[in-house]
Amino acid sequence: MARSRKADSGSDKGDDTGVKSASRAQLLKYYRDMLLIRRFEERAGQLYGMGLIGGFCHLYIGQEAIAVGMQSISKPGDQKITGYRDHGHMLAAGMDPNEVMAELTGRAGGSSKGKGGSMHMFSTEAGFYGGHGIVGAQVSLGTGLALADKYRDNGNVSFTYFGDGAANQGQVYESFNMAELWDLPVVYVVENNQYAMGTSIERSSSETRLHKRGVSFNIPGEEVDGMDVVAVAEAGARAAQHARSGKGPYILEMKTYRYRGHSMSDPAKYRTKEEVDEVKKTRDPIDHLKEKLAAIKVGDDELKTIDAEVKAIVAAAVEFARTSPEPDPSELYTDVYLEAAQ
Amino acid sequence: MSVDILMPALSPTMEEGTLAKWHVKAGDTVKAGDVIAEIETDKATMEVEAVDEGVISALLVEAGTENVKVNTPIARLGEEGASSDTPTSPAAQDDKQGSATKPAQAEQAAPAAVSKPAPKPLNDPEIPAGTKMVRITVRDALRDAMAEEMRRDGDVFLMGEEVAQYQGAYKVSRELLQEFGDRRVIDTPITEHGFAGLGVGAAMAGLKPIVEFMTWNFGMQAIDQIINSAAKTLYMSGGQIRAQIVFRGPNGAASRVGAQHSQDYSAWYAQIPGLKVIAPWDAADAKGLLKAAIRDPNPVVFLEHEMMYGTEFDIPDVEDWVVPIGKAKVRREGKDVTITAHSRMVGLALQAAETLAAEGIEAEVIDLRTLRPLDHETILESVRKTNRLVSAEEGWGSMGVGAEIVARVVEHAFDYLDAPPLRVHQEDVPLPYAANLEALSLPGPDKIVAAVKAVCYR
Repeated sequence: MARSRKADSGSDKGDDTGVKSASRAQLLKYYRDMLLIRRFEERAGQLYGMGLIGGFCHLYIGQEAIAVGMQSISKPGDQKITGYRDHGHMLAAGMDPNEVMAELTGRAGGSSKGKGGSMHMFSTEAGFYGGHGIVGAQVSLGTGLALADKYRDNGNVSFTYFGDGAANQGQVYESFNMAELWDLPVVYVVENNQYAMGTSIERSSSETRLHKRGVSFNIPGEEVDGMDVVAVAEAGARAAQHARSGKGPYILEMKTYRYRGHSMSDPAKYRTKEEVDEVKKTRDPIDHLKEKLAAIKVGDDELKTIDAEVKAIVAAAVEFARTSPEPDPSELYTDVYLEAAQ
Repeated sequence: MSVDILMPALSPTMEEGTLAKWHVKAGDTVKAGDVIAEIETDKATMEVEAVDEGVISALLVEAGTENVKVNTPIARLGEEGASSDTPTSPAAQDDKQGSATKPAQAEQAAPAAVSKPAPKPLNDPEIPAGTKMVRITVRDALRDAMAEEMRRDGDVFLMGEEVAQYQGAYKVSRELLQEFGDRRVIDTPITEHGFAGLGVGAAMAGLKPIVEFMTWNFGMQAIDQIINSAAKTLYMSGGQIRAQIVFRGPNGAASRVGAQHSQDYSAWYAQIPGLKVIAPWDAADAKGLLKAAIRDPNPVVFLEHEMMYGTEFDIPDVEDWVVPIGKAKVRREGKDVTITAHSRMVGLALQAAETLAAEGIEAEVIDLRTLRPLDHETILESVRKTNRLVSAEEGWGSMGVGAEIVARVVEHAFDYLDAPPLRVHQEDVPLPYAANLEALSLPGPDKIVAAVKAVCYR
């Protein structure tokens, strides 16, 4: 695979990325999309407590601005791939909340017909490639999606998400090397929520500024306030343009925070309640956006209308997820192999 | 109307817990996300958050109560104002749960008989009478298979270490770079885990990569991507995401390269649902099965053998030679004993059969060719005729290919057996370097002959 680097035209920051200032309508859409994720995840947590969701369940609460902001600057045909904390990404990508919730409850109406569960959801339609349970594996896979984009010269970009925990896996750096070596159109989005399960980034990483992890591969990176959806979108647009224009990969380190435990059974003893409360109080992505909305005179009534819409969507999703039947036993043996064409 | 707040399960295994502390009292207004109680289990103390907004109308379980069962109502919430929430409220949940989850439990109590779909019979393509045969090495047969499929389908490409400019570490990809260019014949860094993952990702996007491992020993670095990503994603995605990809390279023991470079991975990969596993012996199968593997919409593990690359065989000189995956081949007919083998062991089994014939024992030699799906019908048919079985493989015996074959024969043809089946395999040690010890460790014709004589009581 030959390099295809186009001549560097200087800083990317001066380019027309299309999101210089988010419009009122865009800000309201951010609000709606982030709120949908939050309310959805709260319900998922509740259903887990009631035993309707089994196994592992990793909630996205606190990190909503990243999936929503990045989605707003992606184009049709672009691919998204992430790890197991995937519900928020699927909703942001526009997948049907009913199907996502029904997958959580393991029902036939789920996006994987109930065979994937919380950690394994996909939608070819939405360009969402999962939903992967082995920490770091999605980084090689996402780089492979970018390899396919370059092979086809289709102008698409692979948005490959991983956390601060995955950032210490070897295959991440194997992928970085090939991505830069071959100028693959991939944007690596590191969702640095400070804790890899129970291990803080300080305890796990010799270099905690994860946007610098591309330095020895010549991959540019920047730190972004991942609790500010507008900042996420602006940085995302810069990175996507870099990748789309043939300059190769780009790293965005999103500084964020997860409010809940790593999974449902995590008592989160590794951090103080004060620390969590402080983030909720001062950096919450939805509250932060509400301030922006208030500044442009969006009234409470308008937000309440959105709140009601979101509440109804989530209520419907819960109802669907509870009443959708379990998969037919005959599904046990389907989707193991595809029939070869004769 | 009011809503019951239930004792939540805080882990996959939690059945009950202690309601340690209430953070609210009757009359308090709560909103979603407020911490209302603390629950202790044997593992941890966890906070319970409200999901609905409303006013706590009653606490139903006192703080300090132990052994509160999951899903017991612990508090009652009166809603503020009208709400469209009724159908999803926990109170409604209880009766719905009956209809939604109880059938599942009944299912578990009396599992429905789910049967696997029966495999379709497959046969080699007919070779028309008078077809010219050409003599070709296994190496070139593999090369030709890749070249033909790359000409046929622009989505097929090859990636791996030294496959392009070096022309292949074992020259299997000789001249492919010249014909197809560096877009489709890609030299990778030494980074098996990474490039296998890139290959699977490209396959998920709809391309048809051939990923070469310089040896399958190095493929160990990538085994997670092969199994967890390539083999399982079709199932996990409910049929949405395919990975049409071939992983190929030399497998098994070469000669005097020591333990880390000499291992047979047949049994490892043949255990995995979602993978197809092929291990050909001669050039015709190497070409025909590799072409079939590249066209197959599933991930395929293709196990070659370095010691066979330079061996010449006759191959039918036909336009598009494709051999179906999943069909064993009777290499030699015989009435006294069945010998199963795959890859290089086929040739050694045929040598053993010649020796045995000189002593009056006619062995039937079955070349398994595909290990998953395993064509056990051909094996069973043979054993029903010969009543005796010896399996031969280069890998270790414990939990091996032979173990599986013997189990299936015992299960399906027990009454036909005149002697306990025997397995021939590598000795249960890492492969030694010293020439004499290496020879002692590996299975060869002598061990097969001895095993056959034992099952024939000779």
